[in-house]
Amino acid sequence: MGASQSAGTEHEFQDLADRTGFSLEQIGNINKRFRQLTNNEETLSREDLASIPALDNNPIRAQIINAFFDKRNLHQNETGTVQEIGFEEFLLVMTHFRPAAMGLTEEERENLRREKLRFLFNMHDTDSDGTITLEEYRWVVEELLSKAGIIGQETAKAIADAAMLEVAGTTRGKMEPDEFYEGITFENFLQILKTFDIETRMHVRFLNMDTATLRCGKSK
Amino acid sequence: MSVRVALHSRSFLERGLLLLVILIFLEGTVLTLGAASSPDISAQDNTGGHDHLDDHRGIAGSHVHPNYTKKAFPVLSLDYHHIQVPFEISLWVLLASLMKLGFHLIPQLSSIVPESCLLIVVGLLVGGLIKLAGEEVPPVLDSNLFFLCLLPPIILDAGYFLPIRPFMENIGTILMFAVVGTLWNAFFVGGLLYAVCQIEGTYLSQVELLPCLLFGSIISAVDPVAVLAVFEEIHINELLHILVFGESLLNDAVTVVLYHLFEEYSGAGEVTPMDVVLGVICFLIVSLGGIAVGAIYGILAAFTSRFTSHTRVIEPLFVFVYSYMAYLSAEMFHLSGIMALIACGAVMRPYVEANISHKSHTTVKYFLKMWSSVSETLIFIFLGVATVAGPHAWNWTFVSVTVILCLVSRVIGVVGLTFIINKFRIVKLTTKDQFIVAYGGLRGAIAFSLGYLLDKNLFPMRTMFLTAIITEIFFTVFVQGMTIKPLVDLLAVKKKQEAKRSINEEIHTQFLDHLLTGIEDICGHYGHHHWKDKLNRFNKKYIKKCLIAGERYKEPQLIAFYHKMEFKQAIELVESGGGVKLPSAVPSQVSMQNIQPKKLPPPVAERALPQFTKGREEEIRKILRSNLQKTRQRLRSYNRHTLVADPFEDGWNDFILKKQRLIELEKKVRLMSNYLTVPGATPDSPTMCRARLASDPNAFYNIKASSDGVPTIQVDLASPQSPDSVNMLNEFSKRGATGQGLGQREGADRDEDQGLMMKPAGKGEKGEEEGGNKNPGLMRCLSDPGPSNEDEEDEPFLP
Repeated sequence: MGASQSAGTEHEFQDLADRTGFSLEQIGNINKRFRQLTNNEETLSREDLASIPALDNNPIRAQIINAFFDKRNLHQNETGTVQEIGFEEFLLVMTHFRPAAMGLTEEERENLRREKLRFLFNMHDTDSDGTITLEEYRWVVEELLSKAGIIGQETAKAIADAAMLEVAGTTRGKMEPDEFYEGITFENFLQILKTFDIETRMHVRFLNMDTATLRCGKSK
Repeated sequence: MSVRVALHSRSFLERGLLLLVILIFLEGTVLTLGAASSPDISAQDNTGGHDHLDDHRGIAGSHVHPNYTKKAFPVLSLDYHHIQVPFEISLWVLLASLMKLGFHLIPQLSSIVPESCLLIVVGLLVGGLIKLAGEEVPPVLDSNLFFLCLLPPIILDAGYFLPIRPFMENIGTILMFAVVGTLWNAFFVGGLLYAVCQIEGTYLSQVELLPCLLFGSIISAVDPVAVLAVFEEIHINELLHILVFGESLLNDAVTVVLYHLFEEYSGAGEVTPMDVVLGVICFLIVSLGGIAVGAIYGILAAFTSRFTSHTRVIEPLFVFVYSYMAYLSAEMFHLSGIMALIACGAVMRPYVEANISHKSHTTVKYFLKMWSSVSETLIFIFLGVATVAGPHAWNWTFVSVTVILCLVSRVIGVVGLTFIINKFRIVKLTTKDQFIVAYGGLRGAIAFSLGYLLDKNLFPMRTMFLTAIITEIFFTVFVQGMTIKPLVDLLAVKKKQEAKRSINEEIHTQFLDHLLTGIEDICGHYGHHHWKDKLNRFNKKYIKKCLIAGERYKEPQLIAFYHKMEFKQAIELVESGGGVKLPSAVPSQVSMQNIQPKKLPPPVAERALPQFTKGREEEIRKILRSNLQKTRQRLRSYNRHTLVADPFEDGWNDFILKKQRLIELEKKVRLMSNYLTVPGATPDSPTMCRARLASDPNAFYNIKASSDGVPTIQVDLASPQSPDSVNMLNEFSKRGATGQGLGQREGADRDEDQGLMMKPAGKGEKGEEEGGNKNPGLMRCLSDPGPSNEDEEDEPFLP
């Protein structure tokens, strides 16, 4: 895995490039950033990410950081989290944010959508049980509104409830009063975000990432 | 059956056509009459005409004679000159509106031919009629009138309702098309025209290069009015719409600069490189200056709207006046007025909307739509009239070359630019998109007005230019305008999605924004999202504090969206007459119980399902019912100081008011009984109550008749036609004010409930017994109610 040698060899990069679809240059840039974040060590820990000052203003920073250490995002079939990740895992998480290439077939496009939506789903589904329950959804909304000042708990709950009702309504249709809707499954999630154009919206422009513009995010 | 239907529709069609013809003749005749008696036409006939008319009527004239002889007092006299100008203006506006009305009565016609074409034809007809009558056609499309009166409403309407997000996302593409595309068009058309003119045998050799380039710059600009008129009817997807429309708005700066540049130097006859550099600087100043002027006025308007909470009635006026002044100020400095107007509208909108009342918002919306609609109609009609009127100099070569070149240059320009742009875009523009963008480049009245402005002495070929411009306009509007709709269908271009914004999408839009910003921060890459995020935070921290009144500025976007959605749901609820058809945004099949985890034992204190006591439930239902009835019967207020009451909005405001009172009452009730399980809401957040109510409409309507003594009510809200509206509010508050316990209220309920359904007369009586009614008008529901209660005005748009 990536922790074996110093990740500076061309060969390794080429290998990674083939597997993840990034270009060599992009991988080089990401690697530089990785080294900046980890202080030239081999592995990245949560504290490294947490110390980026720009992230402080982000309301969902905890979830973003968790996403990097979530095993489900690292193409492993287990659940749970790891404590540290190497460069390869870092890169793997980044692949979720590549833009959609031109000339994809319908199937490839669909796969790309599923991949990105899966990432989002994993971020919401904190207990890894495959569904987003009402409590988890409420937590999502609360976090989103957390940086906005004093927001009543009630409002966040109301919004989450309304959203949940909507999902249940569109996916399950009419329900008897004693039926219970456990939570949003991945299929439901796909359904409600069908019109969302995620393959074009969820991307970061890795195009013009050169070292000159890389900021050292750490405060000394 | 079908025969009858066919006959019926045919006769309807005939009727419609007949109506149209009559209307046109009517207007034409009156205008001719007006023209005939206008002083500048028949000046010498003035007194003669007067006398003639007077004699005809047998009434003595009112001329003062040197030796005064007594005449009979003129009981009735005709004085057209007195009111001539406003009368004719009103007549034109009336004609425009009646035409618009007429077209929509004939659905077949309006589906084939776009409105703009029909209006031009009407203009041609009216102009023809006037000419037939032998009078001189008034120069209606006067440039001053056009640029100062007719154009601003349309642009303001476009700017105020500009969808900012897609606009900003595509701003690079739009600017490329607007600036580079227009430049390319201007030079290509101008240059090649000059080349053609130099060819022997066309008798055009006296047309020099600079006038040709000037002509090219006039004709190459895509016109926002025409684009709006046509694109509105074809419902194309948002991306293409914003591309073409944005281009038409932003190319104004280029057009202004080129126009002035070439016009200035046509006299001199040559343009030096220095002039070109100056031109570029001028372009920057014109565009950035225009935007700056607009932004300043926009901020002023936003700031002013912060203090209007006590004078709600004039709020819309600020929006209009500030915007118009922005336009005029920009025009004063020869900056781009259009860009100023767009900037003003776009800048002021988020802040103004947070500050003004709901009614004012509706007013702004409707006035803008109304004015822009009338303006647009007038512009097209005037184009028709001006075609009939204007001196024409037809030159086959010039005109046909112009038309062909415009098309060719547009296509080449779009294709070439897209090739470059696609390298930088994430969502690439396909060939279909390119075709629509190229085909949608319509020319319109702005080109004509600019041509009209040319000085006759400097440009002897002005009439030829005008003819060519008109031909080009006709070609694009008629041919391209009519065929674009079938082409869109043929090419299966993506249409506008009528998707309702769901709250899930909103949540995820926000989530994604933050996620991408976070990822960018982790990558250390200061990209798109990072700057957007920074701007938002800056906005929230400093700007909103200054410009938004009260505590509203803290409200994050998600909550604002949620409020809006609730609001809409509630309006739908009220509109649909109650509970018969629940709003579709929140599916009625699923209620809170379905998603609440069953395993949680519902603790008394914090059950999420709002559980009202029977008494309270009935009160709420009563209030709802009474409120709904009120919305059906509330009439307009004739007081000048109040706006015309829109029943549904008033109903909503009443609704909020009632709920607020309900909450206060609830507090009192809670003091008395400790088994009320509704979680307390703070008094200044009617949101809470609304949130509960809106997210669970079933709370009211799933009455589980479990307890005793209280009659269960058939909530039969399907009878909103109950004639009497009872002022339940007063009964309720009267009782509440005297601090009744639950029992008494229930007792009264029993009477009330029965009474409402079955004894309307009795109800009415009871209501009238109430002495000091707040809304006496509601009692005499079918007569003039008098001035209405004005508390509701104070609710801001986003409560």
